[in-house]
Amino acid sequence: MSPPDTGDRPPGAAAGPSSQSGLAAALTPVLTVAVSLLGLCLLWGLAARAWPSRAFPGPGQVWQVLLAEAANGDLFYHLGATLGRVAAAYVVAMVVGSVIGVLLGSHRSADRFFAPWVVLFLNIPALVVIVLAYIWFGLNEAAAIGAVAVNKIPNVVVTMREGARALDPSYAEMAAVYRFGLLDRIRHVLLPQLQPYLAAASRSGIALIWKIVLVVELLGRSNGVGFQIYLYFQLFDVAAILAYTLAFVAVMLVIELLVVQPVERHATRWRRRPA
Amino acid sequence: MQPVGAAVPLRVDIAEKTFRSAQGVSITALQDLSFEVRQGEFACLLGPSGCGKTTTLRILLGLDKDFSGSFQLPEGGSDRIAAVFQEPVLLPWRTVEQNVRLALPKSLRTKNLDGLFDTLGLAGMRSLYPAELSLGLARRAALARAFATEPAVLFLDEPFASLDERTAERLRHLLLTVWSARPTTALMVTHNLREALMLSDRIIVLAQRPAHVLGMFDVRLPRHYRNPQVMSDLLRSFQQKFPGVA
Ligand SMILES: Nc1ncnc2c1ncn2[C@@H]1O[C@H](COP(=O)(O)OP(=O)(O)OP(=O)(O)O)[C@@H](O)[C@H]1O
Ligand SMILES: [Mg+2]
Repeated sequence: MSPPDTGDRPPGAAAGPSSQSGLAAALTPVLTVAVSLLGLCLLWGLAARAWPSRAFPGPGQVWQVLLAEAANGDLFYHLGATLGRVAAAYVVAMVVGSVIGVLLGSHRSADRFFAPWVVLFLNIPALVVIVLAYIWFGLNEAAAIGAVAVNKIPNVVVTMREGARALDPSYAEMAAVYRFGLLDRIRHVLLPQLQPYLAAASRSGIALIWKIVLVVELLGRSNGVGFQIYLYFQLFDVAAILAYTLAFVAVMLVIELLVVQPVERHATRWRRRPA
Repeated sequence: MQPVGAAVPLRVDIAEKTFRSAQGVSITALQDLSFEVRQGEFACLLGPSGCGKTTTLRILLGLDKDFSGSFQLPEGGSDRIAAVFQEPVLLPWRTVEQNVRLALPKSLRTKNLDGLFDTLGLAGMRSLYPAELSLGLARRAALARAFATEPAVLFLDEPFASLDERTAERLRHLLLTVWSARPTTALMVTHNLREALMLSDRIIVLAQRPAHVLGMFDVRLPRHYRNPQVMSDLLRSFQQKFPGVA
């Protein structure tokens, strides 16, 4: 793992792009995304006008429902409930999955023994886990979150096991020679090496988890976006269903932009060279 | 300059070290390897490539416990050991200074490192990440880390390998400067005879695999007398004593 020989170039020597073209370059992708989404809305509106039906509302109608639900507070209450479950299940799945994955990745014999279990759990349908969790542990919050986490844990295990196998032993040996404490080893040696794998597991994790959370809510909770969608399904209110779905997708996008990406940029700052 | 601590030498007595490959082939890397490095002495382990020098260091560093025999590390001052590996092994996600400080015991974490960084020419590089360093600079950072810990014994595994000769020579002088400021019992692996003659008080010459000691070559002359003329004399007497080595 020797760093490439780059010569003793002082930082700041290479001139960065001028700030104007830099701003334009930064804005172009944002504009592209906005135009693209606008186009989708337009297409949706045209289609809804071409085939007018209660089962296929246009964007305007959905927006009206969204505003109404936001005004009476229902929207935020149910979004909050779902978001809480997503966060709890995410944390449980990431922590438990990472610990198991790293242990399996660094102990060959344990891995050989438990690998079939991982494959088994990977292939159990989410619905089965949810139903069994509700039957065994009752219709409560812990069963709901646990069921979602159990669905996600095998994926995290597989990814983190890969990460643990890719650990560079020379760092661990350096840490042993210089007597790093346990916390230092985890924070400065282990986690930075696992970071790309943690990021990969997180990304696929959040997307999967929030979809399963909706099912859990539909089957055994009395609040949350999943519960609302089920309610409006019985009322055949497609506009409300779309309103809740879009609201939650928007929330997840904002989280991605405001939390996930900045955290990732911070964690990989050492990879970038000073401009 | 006084050596640090009580006069306990580095004593190595490895009866045997055998690797078993996945295919069941066993390779004896070390056999009846025993030598001593006196307190505060800089010794070089000189031997052909693949003879088992790195293996010896790994055993002494406690990284490989699967061998028969014993060894004793020098004590006194501190109970810590330091190593400069064949590669710099800096954590790429920590800056140069963080890499050095992380290796320090808790009591030294906040110590002033200005002098050390200045001596090694790293003063302006403290906040750079290892990927922003050349190999020569990265090796200096690895030296800084080793010396900052104020160890009781220092192990170096070809710390100047794969550098161009001029850079290597400059680093050898830097090594001597920081080492002379605090003469620590040191054992350095090399297969470069000139380097060994320039740096060490004593050269431990190893045979081909399985490694054992062929003999010792003591260089009693103070280092600042080792000019090119003296070096070629040393070289000649070394070759007389060990014909066929290097
Ligand atoms: N993990 C290992 N498994 C099997 N054999 C090994 C292992 N490590 C080293 N060896 C063998 O032990 C012998 C000594 O290796 P070692 O790395 O100690 O050599 P070295 O003297 O440091 O060589 P160099 O100067 O090239 O670094 C080599 O023949 C090598 O093939
Ligand atoms: Mg070696």
